[in-house]
Amino acid sequence: MSYDRAITVFSPDAHLFQVDYAQEAVQKSSAVGARERFHGALYDHCRLTADARVLINRARVECQSHRLTVDDPITVEYITCYVSSLKQHYTQSNGRRPFGISTLIVGFDDDGTPNLYQTDPSGTYHAWKVGRSAKAVRELLEKSYREEDMESDALVLKLAVRALLEVGAKNIELATRERWSHEGAFAASTSLHAHPTFASAIRFWNQRR
Amino acid sequence: MEYLIGIRGQDFVLVASDNVAASSIIQMKHDYDKMFKLSEKILLLCVGEAGDTVQFAEYIQKNVQLYKMRNGYELSPEAAANFTRKNLADYLRSRTPYHVNLLLAGYDDTEGPALYYMDYLGALVKAPFAAHGYGAFLTLSILDRYYKPGLTSDEAVDLLKRCIEELNKRFILNLPSFTVRLIDKNGIQDMKMPLLDAK
Repeated sequence: MSYDRAITVFSPDAHLFQVDYAQEAVQKSSAVGARERFHGALYDHCRLTADARVLINRARVECQSHRLTVDDPITVEYITCYVSSLKQHYTQSNGRRPFGISTLIVGFDDDGTPNLYQTDPSGTYHAWKVGRSAKAVRELLEKSYREEDMESDALVLKLAVRALLEVGAKNIELATRERWSHEGAFAASTSLHAHPTFASAIRFWNQRR
Repeated sequence: MEYLIGIRGQDFVLVASDNVAASSIIQMKHDYDKMFKLSEKILLLCVGEAGDTVQFAEYIQKNVQLYKMRNGYELSPEAAANFTRKNLADYLRSRTPYHVNLLLAGYDDTEGPALYYMDYLGALVKAPFAAHGYGAFLTLSILDRYYKPGLTSDEAVDLLKRCIEELNKRFILNLPSFTVRLIDKNGIQDMKMPLLDAK
């Protein structure tokens, strides 16, 4: 019996094949590095732009809805939670396939704290540590980050690793992904790009292997 | 009673609203803001049934912002006014109509300043000057007499002062203070006008 037809079926070894295939879709090269903006949160996604548009639209409506009901802007975690929850529903619904999208959701909360979250097709999300050592990392990047130096991918990685080593990181994990540029079609958030910490994080995401 | 007024000038729109929030015969607030910022250069002034005003205005406000997020650019004042009117008209023949009277004032970078008058029945007109409330009965004639196209901001402010003076003189209800704002190519500016406040 094929366990990869309907999303709702578990395989004997407890896999949801459709979710795995969705993650495969994200892994494959020529991912789209498209950027969307909603409410100060920058949204960077990989693979299927059509899927991405649907997710982004839902996220945008949710942002405004939140403002309407509680009279406050969303926190980055809230919208990440919402997006992941949405993705999870598509792993447990009849006749639908999961979104072939992983996202990086980046932004500042109303009180100024920076946040970086990642979501997967499975509907899980992880926070990236922009925490304890953020200040030290930011200071180092502000000192040594220069736009011209960011031309070469190797240099960007080097700077990022240096920054992490400065704050005494023992185990460093670098996520890299190929990026296929789709200029002109999407509005990019320049204010966040100007922030060195996030510019590096975004470049991690978009590196050529 | 609640009062709204708008005057379109050469390259700006001047709007004012009274600051009283009443409940029956009691003044609950003397510094209540009846203007809702729809976007950087559009203001929605809203009076009418308690509750309906804020509910409807905030709904329009958030939808205008959503449009901006989705499309990357803002709705023009004309588009926003028509969108607002359509919502009013749709809800009118539902079980839950909104009883609100509105003035929408905005500055379009290509078309210039615009003032739109809307009422609770879903009427919409673009006008050089407009007012809502009992005060409108007294001040529209002042505006008819002294308004001319292409007013400068000083002239418009003087015209507004004349209107307020008339209200202070002939209107039985006390309107002690007003919020006054000016919209032009630079956005929305608050104007401090202590002279408008009744002595």
